[in-house]
Amino acid sequence: MQKAIEIKNLQYKYDRDEEEITAIYDLSLDIYEGEFVGIIGHNGSGKSTLAKLINGIIMPTKGDIFVYGMNTKDENMIWEIRQKAGIVFQNPDNQIVATIVEEDVAFGPENLGVEPSEIRKRVDEALEKVRMSEFKDRKPHQLSGGQKQRIAIAGILAMEPRCIIFDEATAMLDPSGREEVLACIKQLNKENNTTVVYITHYMEEIVEADRVVVLNQGDILMQGTPKEVFARVEELQSVFLDVPNITNLAHQLKKEGLAIPEGILTVDELVKNLCPSS
Amino acid sequence: MFKDITIGQYYPVQSKIHDLDPRTKIVYTFVYIIILFFANNYVGYALGVAFLGFLIAMSNIPLKFVFKSVKAILIIILITVILNVFVTPGNVLLRIGALKVTDAGLINAAFMAIRLTLLIIGTSLMTLTTSPIALTDGMEYCMKVIPGVRSYAHELSMMMTIALRFIPTLMEEADKIMKAQKARGADFETGGILKKAKNIVPILVPLFIGSFKRADELAMAMEARCYRGGNNRTRLYELEYDKNDKIAYIITAVMVAMIIASRFLPLMRIPIQ
Ligand SMILES: Nc1ncnc2c1ncn2[C@@H]1O[C@H](COP(=O)(O)OP(=O)(O)OP(=O)(O)O)[C@@H](O)[C@H]1O
Ligand SMILES: [Mg+2]
Repeated sequence: MQKAIEIKNLQYKYDRDEEEITAIYDLSLDIYEGEFVGIIGHNGSGKSTLAKLINGIIMPTKGDIFVYGMNTKDENMIWEIRQKAGIVFQNPDNQIVATIVEEDVAFGPENLGVEPSEIRKRVDEALEKVRMSEFKDRKPHQLSGGQKQRIAIAGILAMEPRCIIFDEATAMLDPSGREEVLACIKQLNKENNTTVVYITHYMEEIVEADRVVVLNQGDILMQGTPKEVFARVEELQSVFLDVPNITNLAHQLKKEGLAIPEGILTVDELVKNLCPSS
Repeated sequence: MFKDITIGQYYPVQSKIHDLDPRTKIVYTFVYIIILFFANNYVGYALGVAFLGFLIAMSNIPLKFVFKSVKAILIIILITVILNVFVTPGNVLLRIGALKVTDAGLINAAFMAIRLTLLIIGTSLMTLTTSPIALTDGMEYCMKVIPGVRSYAHELSMMMTIALRFIPTLMEEADKIMKAQKARGADFETGGILKKAKNIVPILVPLFIGSFKRADELAMAMEARCYRGGNNRTRLYELEYDKNDKIAYIITAVMVAMIIASRFLPLMRIPIQ
């Protein structure tokens, strides 16, 4: 499998008036083409810093990041890196640039100097994929949070990236908005084979991920399938992270003496384990 | 309360004038402003009024709306009229104390009033028939052909676009902050102007700080979407002239020719100033 992102011995320090804050300590991680990687970690564990580093918005203090083989430190490659690995931020209001939905979606390809007829095609396709075609002539402030965030995703899609990083893209949305955006992202991953790096505080959102990476204080604490990671309930709780509710319930039941395994992720799975005969 | 504020004075209806390329309208407006200063007799002014009247009729905008803009500068028109009436030398028609009303003064005043009204209506017709976004686009294109400002054209229009984009967002935020303050007992309704102005401060400060954070995040998001200024940038919609724009340019040229020609009609000439 091809590596989409390769992070080697990465270190990053913020220089804030004399005081240095190390946000990332010696982190190494490979993300493969087509993978859905969930990244979790307590506030300040360095998730957003990592996202910005991958996109080349900030440069590593030490170590290297390769996006499809291109080093983010290579200035000649920076635009291609940003085109290949797009990023969707938390606040939809602060990443929509234009006053009309379709013009905002066009913003990325316009910056890349794509031909107008091709931009038209890409905008229509991107809006189709996030199911927002009928809103193309609307003004962004007339849309709901979930709709705005889907427009932001369409804006990235129109650049035709192969990997998209979502930095708490659902954090400001209500539950239905969150569901609608997550469904859209999962579909992109499955149908377009777009590599997804999904940063979140909601554990339920990543139970279907291919891999979960847990960050703590700028380093990887553990990684593995959701099942493997969420089985380590106590360890996660020690770094102030929760596990999905159902996993926690199963864990409590096991502690009380029921013979069921750790790392149960869905209601169905728990039911099967509790009533094997049914 | 903030939500229903409309931005600019765009009046969205269907018309041939609305459909014109924004560049055409910008060029026409500039030409119109300049040519008005060439008109120096009844015929010239009559032509100015006729052309504007024709455009207003074509634009499907109710006259009431068109004249709204004049209201805003009514005071200026009045002052100009009064000054002209009393200051211009000529045959005295009426004396009020030390002040004299002259025939030339009356004529001058009337023409000044007409000229100002035409200027204002002429320019507001452009903003009434062109959406702020189209206007921004048109300005960018127009500025690109002027040597001195060419290099700022894209940046200026990007600034305008972002301002237009964030006005509703900031309005909403101001509304939220205001409600939050009200919930804690702040009073925005009573008191004199000074007290009301003071009450605005606790709204403005958080709004201001909030906008800096927004600006920071927006800049990052734009960078992540490969924004690097106007160079090599393409557009989803490139502005393109069509048949009606060509007709509009011809009409503009005819108007210019006729008004300039009117200066040379000796019979019709009425001395103004
Ligand atoms: N612009 C900055 N200047 C200085 N320090 C910063 C800056 N941004 C982040 N930090 C610090 O870097 C560390 C990592 O921050 P980061 O934003 O990457 O965390 P995060 O995992 O995204 O947290 P959250 O879950 O709250 O979004 C924190 O200790 C934070 O205080
Ligand atoms: Mg963060």
